[in-house]
Amino acid sequence: MNIRKSVPGTWLIIVAISSLGLGLLFGALGGLQYVFSGFLKEQLSFQKIRPLHVYLVINWIFCAAAGAIYYYIPYLSGRALYSVLLANLHVLLQVIILLLVVSGFFMGIFGGREYLEFPPLIIILVITAWILFIINFFATIRPSFKKVPVYIWSWSTGLIFFLITITEAQLWLLPYFNNNIVRDITVQWKAMGSMVGSWNLLIYGSAMFVMEKITGDVTINRSNKAFFFYFLGLTNLMFNWGHHTYIVPSSELVKTISYGISMTELLILANIIYSFRKTYFKTNPHVHFLSFRILTYAEVWILINLVLSITISVPAINLYTHGTHITVAHAMGTTIGINTFLILASLVLIAEEITTEGQLYTPFFNRSFIFLNVSLLIFWLSLVGMGLCKIFAVQQKNSFYEIMDKLQPYFKVFSASGILVVIALLLVLFPVFKIFIKQASFKRKSV
Amino acid sequence: MTQQQQYGKSLYQEYNCQSCHQLFGLGGFLGPELTTVISDANRGPQYARILLENGATRMPNFHFTQKEVNAIIAYLTYVDANACTYKKNVTK
Repeated sequence: MNIRKSVPGTWLIIVAISSLGLGLLFGALGGLQYVFSGFLKEQLSFQKIRPLHVYLVINWIFCAAAGAIYYYIPYLSGRALYSVLLANLHVLLQVIILLLVVSGFFMGIFGGREYLEFPPLIIILVITAWILFIINFFATIRPSFKKVPVYIWSWSTGLIFFLITITEAQLWLLPYFNNNIVRDITVQWKAMGSMVGSWNLLIYGSAMFVMEKITGDVTINRSNKAFFFYFLGLTNLMFNWGHHTYIVPSSELVKTISYGISMTELLILANIIYSFRKTYFKTNPHVHFLSFRILTYAEVWILINLVLSITISVPAINLYTHGTHITVAHAMGTTIGINTFLILASLVLIAEEITTEGQLYTPFFNRSFIFLNVSLLIFWLSLVGMGLCKIFAVQQKNSFYEIMDKLQPYFKVFSASGILVVIALLLVLFPVFKIFIKQASFKRKSV
Repeated sequence: MTQQQQYGKSLYQEYNCQSCHQLFGLGGFLGPELTTVISDANRGPQYARILLENGATRMPNFHFTQKEVNAIIAYLTYVDANACTYKKNVTK
């Protein structure tokens, strides 16, 4: 049985891909501001470009993950979406939030919090939209948690934890947190660290579903091993944020526990994908080959980022890497190489199921995807190089301006390869985007 | 935190300073890290004041009033005073 068209899912995916396209554009402009001092300083300073880039890319992740889930839940439950009206309201709110945030940033209206740089009032709309999504999810899937596969658990907990963490991120509005920098920074790291975990649960859930759909093997996602790793992932979501706070004068116990736990998260997914590949070759190697291909590349990026993640989580190393672009390399590597690739695998699978055009895999797509991976690797290496160069410069007691001068060659490689990543991602996304646009213009019965 | 420091913090957020600057690792990298800018022997409050009043090559001039400049410096002084772990481990 094929996945059927979902109108709200289609629109959320269109919003998601559009957000990513714009987010990439602002990212490329931000990169140029490192190379050319003062570039667009008065018209569109980094103070505006960075939040535009960060918000739009996060919006890509959430909208694409939600859009894919709108497609999956009627298919999995065998019943129509609980309320198309609530889903449409969710999409509408998402578009309103997007317009408010982006226009606000252009006008210089900020909330000034890391990642959530828009005014806190908008959070009310974000939470409302998310509650509508949660209602539809649970009312459609009506999960019996003793029987369901691990991805239903992953989505369910991801949905709930996003609600918890986005609320937690607003604790700074209370004077008890706002008037104490240690509490404020600790809660901020905690909320944002866990929020990343919540979207990882949504994306990893979809990746696990994609694997099941490709292989036809329903046992993987119901095995004890899958559940063991899922609960380990959940533990990470709740406790591994502490590795961000080594330099904050907060509890040492929390830091020690989180160090131990933060070592495991990416290993979890690598293990699951490894199991999947073994099964895939045994079963059905010609179905959704492109999704499989993308997951394989994601697996490589998981391993690369796993090594970096483990390294920078070691307290003695973290003291040096903290405040350098090595942290950015980790963020970019996971956002593009893992999150974006997993989402893409999911969207490709949906696109192939809802059209009659057959599989999306073409030699051009393949070349574009190789081009994307090579550009991303150069981009990632330039960030790591930047970080190492900064560490040595700091040890030599160089001033900030001397460090920036030394980093110039890295900035050039970073900016140029960043532009190549943008071009390659747009080339890869275009055929997928075209299919969803075409779907949006069809008036046919949907779920 | 005093009222002036709280005002400084609200300005820090209103102008989205963390887009370019870091406090305790939170924020961007285009501008210098500010956790210990006040006690740093090579920077200090005067360095912060000059940048706040004039901007820099990459930093726009936000045309802060003297009251606003004083409040932001008061906030950064408060942050610096709470950065014992940071100073012990990072700027040793």
